Amino acid sequence: QTVTVEMLDHLEHLALVDFRDSEGVERLQKAIQFADQLHEVNTDGVEPMDSVLEDRCLYLREDDVTEGNCMKELLKNAREKVEEYFVAPPGNIPLPKLEERDTFLQGF
Amino acid sequence: LAPWVPVVGLEIHAQISSNSKLFSGSQVQFAAPPNSLVSFFDASVPGTLPVLNRRCVEAAVMTGLALNCSINKKSLFDRKHYFYADLPAGYQITQQRVPIAVNGSLSYSLCIDNKMSQMVTKTVRIKQIQLEQDSGKSLHDDTRSQTLVDLNRAGVGLMEVVMEPDLCCGEEAAAAVRELQLILQTLGSSQAVMAEGQLRVDANVSVHHPGETYGVRTEVKNINSIRFLARAVDYEIQRQIEELENGGTILNETRAFDSKLGCTVPMRDKEGKQDYRFMPEPNLPPLILYDEKSLPANMNHQQVVNIDCIRERLPDLPSVKRAKLVERYGILPEHSFTLLNEDGLAEFFENVVKQTQMKPKKVIGWILKDLLSYLKQHSLTVKESPVSSLLLADLLNLLETKEISSPAAKQVLVELWKGEGKTPLEIVKEKKLELIEDQKELEEICQAVIDGQENEVIMVVLG
Repeated sequence: QTVTVEMLDHLEHLALVDFRDSEGVERLQKAIQFADQLHEVNTDGVEPMDSVLEDRCLYLREDDVTEGNCMKELLKNAREKVEEYFVAPPGNIPLPKLEERDTFLQGF
Repeated sequence: LAPWVPVVGLEIHAQISSNSKLFSGSQVQFAAPPNSLVSFFDASVPGTLPVLNRRCVEAAVMTGLALNCSINKKSLFDRKHYFYADLPAGYQITQQRVPIAVNGSLSYSLCIDNKMSQMVTKTVRIKQIQLEQDSGKSLHDDTRSQTLVDLNRAGVGLMEVVMEPDLCCGEEAAAAVRELQLILQTLGSSQAVMAEGQLRVDANVSVHHPGETYGVRTEVKNINSIRFLARAVDYEIQRQIEELENGGTILNETRAFDSKLGCTVPMRDKEGKQDYRFMPEPNLPPLILYDEKSLPANMNHQQVVNIDCIRERLPDLPSVKRAKLVERYGILPEHSFTLLNEDGLAEFFENVVKQTQMKPKKVIGWILKDLLSYLKQHSLTVKESPVSSLLLADLLNLLETKEISSPAAKQVLVELWKGEGKTPLEIVKEKKLELIEDQKELEEICQAVIDGQENEVIMVVLG
C-alpha cells in the first residue's frame, strides 16, 4: 500500500475530492507509480525544469484600465446574490472528520 | 524570576499604487460599487489567463532597492492553494520559491525614554519582498448567517515585505512600520494608508528565556493602525509571559486584535495548520529583469524592466531628506523627524525659511511648537492650515526687525488662526502691538503707570 488512509483523508480535505471507492484509490496509486519513473533518470547537475515556458518571455502589460464594469454579467453566475454582492456561507464549511464521514476510506 | 526575551517578526502587505491590477486590466480603486472593478480573470472564469502588469514589477523593484535588497534577476510565480469565498480561483498567485527581492534592511529611529533628544538608530533585516495578488473582501452578515463577497479588491497587486524577527516590542514595531510607510509613500510604490487597507501588518510574537530556544509563536492579525500595532504586540507579549509564568502553554494559533478591549483573542474559522500545496504557476514564465550589463540589444523597451534605470530614478529617501534638512538649515535631527512625520510640514518649513530673514534655527521653533500644536489641537493637516507659509513668514519678519516683541507675535498668531484674511501687519496696527522705541514715549507710559498705582509705589519705596 503506497498510500495511507491519513494521506487520502488529508487530500480529501485539501482538494475536496472524493476517492469514492477502491478504484479511485488505485487510480491515485497508479498515477504516483507513473510519476515515480522520473526517479530512474539521473539528474545530477541538471537544473530542474518546472515549466515548459521556462525559455519564453514573460509578457509585460502596460498599466492601463482595459477591463471591468461587467457586474451584471458576472452576477449571472451567482446562485444567490444580495444587491451587487455574491452570497456565500458564513465561513468555510470544513469536511467532517474521517470518523464522522460516510466514506469508503473508513474501512481502508 | 528569569527574564523573558520577546521576539517579534512582521509580515507587511502593501497595496501597489497602480491604475490596474497585477494580472488583469480592471481598475484599482477604493470604495467603488461592489463588483464593478472585476474582470473575468479576477472572478476566475474558466479560460482566462494572468498577464503581468509592468508597473507592479517596477514598484516592487523600487521598493527592493530602497530597502537595500538584492534584486533577483530571475524570479518565479507560484500558486498557494486554500479555500475561501473571497478567493474565487481557490489559489493565490504569489512568489514563494524565488521572490523578486531578498536580503535587505530597514533602518528606523527610536526615542530613548520618550525623549526626542535621545534618538537611537536600529535596523531590522528584510528577508524578502514578493509580488502577490490581493483577495476580495468578505462582509460578514451574522444576522442572516451569510457572507457577502465583493471582488473589487481581488487581484490587486501587493508587495509582501517579510521581516526577520529582529524586533522586540511594540514601540520598535511601530517605528519600523512608520519608517516603511514613509519610504513607500516617498517612492510612490504604495500610498500605504492603513485606514484604507493599503498597508496591512501581521505580527508574529513569541517569548523565551535568554539562551533557550525560541518559544511557540502566535500570529496577530486585524491591526488597523500603527498605534494599535504597538498595543497589540505589547499585549500579546504580556499575555504570553503571564500564561507561561502560570504554568500554561502557548498555542501556535492565529489571534485577532480587539482594539476596543485592547487585547488579542483567538480567531475562529482557522482550521489548524494549513497545507497550501505550493506549485509553480504554469501560466507564467519566469520574470526576468535586466540591468545595463545584461540588457539585450534589440529588445522592445516596453518589455524590459531595467534595474539600473529604476535605481537612478529613485527619489531621496526619508533618511536622506532628514540629513539634508539638518545640514542645510542647522536644525536638530529630532526636528527633521517631526518635519517628515507630518505630511507637508517639511515643505511648509522650507517655504517659510525662503520668505523670511529669520534664521531657520529660530523658525523651526515656531513651526514645531506654535504651528504644529495648533494643527494637532484642531485635528488639521498642514494643507488645511488657516495660516499659510507666507503669512507666518510675514509675522516672523516683523519679529526679526524688532517691530514687535515675541509675546506680541504670539498674540498676532492667535488672531491669524481665525483665518479672517488679515495680514500680520494689519493685526499689529489694530491691536497696537508695535514695539515702542521712542525714549520720551516710554517715559510717559512708565510715569502714567506709576501715577496710577500710588499705593504700590509707596510700598516699593519703603522697601
